[in-house]
Amino acid sequence: MKKGIYLLLSISIHFLANAQDNAGLTLPNGFKANLFAENIGSARHIAISKNGVVFAKLNRADKQGRTIIRLADENKDGVSDNITGWANYGGTGIYLTGNALYASSNEAVFKYQLNGNDEVVNPLNPITVVSGLISRRQHESKSITFDKANNIYVNIGAYSNACQEKDRTPGGKGMMPCPILDSAGGIWKFDASKENQTYGDGKRYATGLRNVIGLDWNPQANKLYVAQHGRDQLNTFFPSLYTDAQNAELPAETFYEINEGDNAGWPYVYYDNVQQKKIVSPEYGGDGKKEGASDIKNPAVAFPAHMAPMGVLFYTGNQFPAKYKNGAFITFHGSWNRAPLPQEGFFVAFVPFKNGKATGEWEIFANGFAGTIDGAKITSTRNAKARPCGLAQGPDGSIYVSDDSKGSIFKISYQK
Amino acid sequence: MGNSKIRCSLFGAIIMLLFVSIKTQAQNVENGKKIYQTKCLVCHQSDGGGVPNMNAPLDGASNVVGNDIARLVKIIKNGFNERVELDGLYYSNSMTANPDLTPAQISDVLSYIRTSWSNKATKVTTVQVQQAIKGNQKTSAK
Repeated sequence: MKKGIYLLLSISIHFLANAQDNAGLTLPNGFKANLFAENIGSARHIAISKNGVVFAKLNRADKQGRTIIRLADENKDGVSDNITGWANYGGTGIYLTGNALYASSNEAVFKYQLNGNDEVVNPLNPITVVSGLISRRQHESKSITFDKANNIYVNIGAYSNACQEKDRTPGGKGMMPCPILDSAGGIWKFDASKENQTYGDGKRYATGLRNVIGLDWNPQANKLYVAQHGRDQLNTFFPSLYTDAQNAELPAETFYEINEGDNAGWPYVYYDNVQQKKIVSPEYGGDGKKEGASDIKNPAVAFPAHMAPMGVLFYTGNQFPAKYKNGAFITFHGSWNRAPLPQEGFFVAFVPFKNGKATGEWEIFANGFAGTIDGAKITSTRNAKARPCGLAQGPDGSIYVSDDSKGSIFKISYQK
Repeated sequence: MGNSKIRCSLFGAIIMLLFVSIKTQAQNVENGKKIYQTKCLVCHQSDGGGVPNMNAPLDGASNVVGNDIARLVKIIKNGFNERVELDGLYYSNSMTANPDLTPAQISDVLSYIRTSWSNKATKVTTVQVQQAIKGNQKTSAK
């Protein structure tokens, strides 16, 4: 009898603990999280159909050689139970509009047709929308988003840290003008209804962006928003100008509202979130204080350095409390260049918006992806258990976060 | 009597020599650690773990604990600007060249890397590094 009660007690404690552990995440009151999927591979960006089917783009093929994974939750218990996939090219971008699914490799964007059950019709014969985009190892991800007029926006990252004559060289000078910017280091716009396009068919929509992985269209403001990965290694290459501690905080990771023709300043300037100024890069004669040109775009929000923003999602659902509506969620992959100081990031941030404009504030929304205990800091990036990357909103207003290290997909919901 | 005295001092000298060589070897690794902290740690991290998909790991990496010392010397000296496959994974970042490191410094940092964390490979001598540099120069001249 006693034994039975004990067993019952331990089972219920176990059950309670599992139900409350939120897949290891720390969330604001009223939110809960569970693992929608585990171990699916290097899941970069994700997209969700109106029926709740999740599509994840893998950076590398999984064991079955697939790079687009379709995850359906047929018994509606919040966990995927029917997982299939196709395609053989690694990449980051994926976007679903109507029944057209767009996915990117590191050089091209392809279009697939889905049927009424969100199944791919032409897995082996996608339409090539854009190809021939520059991919030279560094910052090769071609993330994508759309405006309301069926234009596609593609990030083409700069294949360099700071456009030095010889990349990542102590004290090395920056090239003037930086030749990378004519074909990378910005956002390109293409007409999604056209086929077989390349640079000449598109338009450089914004420049001076070193590497953007997270980008999304703000439907309320009807504008593009992008999150940039700031440059690395100010202290390593310019030790007389920057200490390790300064490098850990500089430059800011920046979130921009983008209008056509905007210039965010890379490689000539970076945004210093301590002085709240645009500062001339040391490769271009800067000394840590000299201010850059005034026509360079100011960020809408500046985040601590090196945390690596990976995904942006404007929340349009009705499930979350009102303050989240039309605000932006941003995933942070977690840093490496803060070493020898402890790393930061590995969380999902929320950026409040008012009437289509960022308030300038931000807060941590979901934390604990790194899996450390009692707030202990990660000192080596590989020790992070999960690294937040893709973000998408489900039809019920829940949000999904992918992890590209172990291949988990977290589902985060709110209950009154 | 005289013989045993000589034997005794010889024995002492050998012990001394051994002690000195162990001490210098320890100093080499200690010096290598200092070089690692200023030149390597930011990318390869304090535990040699590297950064997934970006900076190759040194801890447990087959090439790092392997026998191709010449390749390791070449990478440290010249940097590395190719996508590299290592133990089934790929790394994309560029590595800074270190033309200013002397053969002795390269042997120190390699000795530290090859005997730290889970690595249990042999240390690398200055002579090995000098030979590697000569060999690398010949190959690149061809």
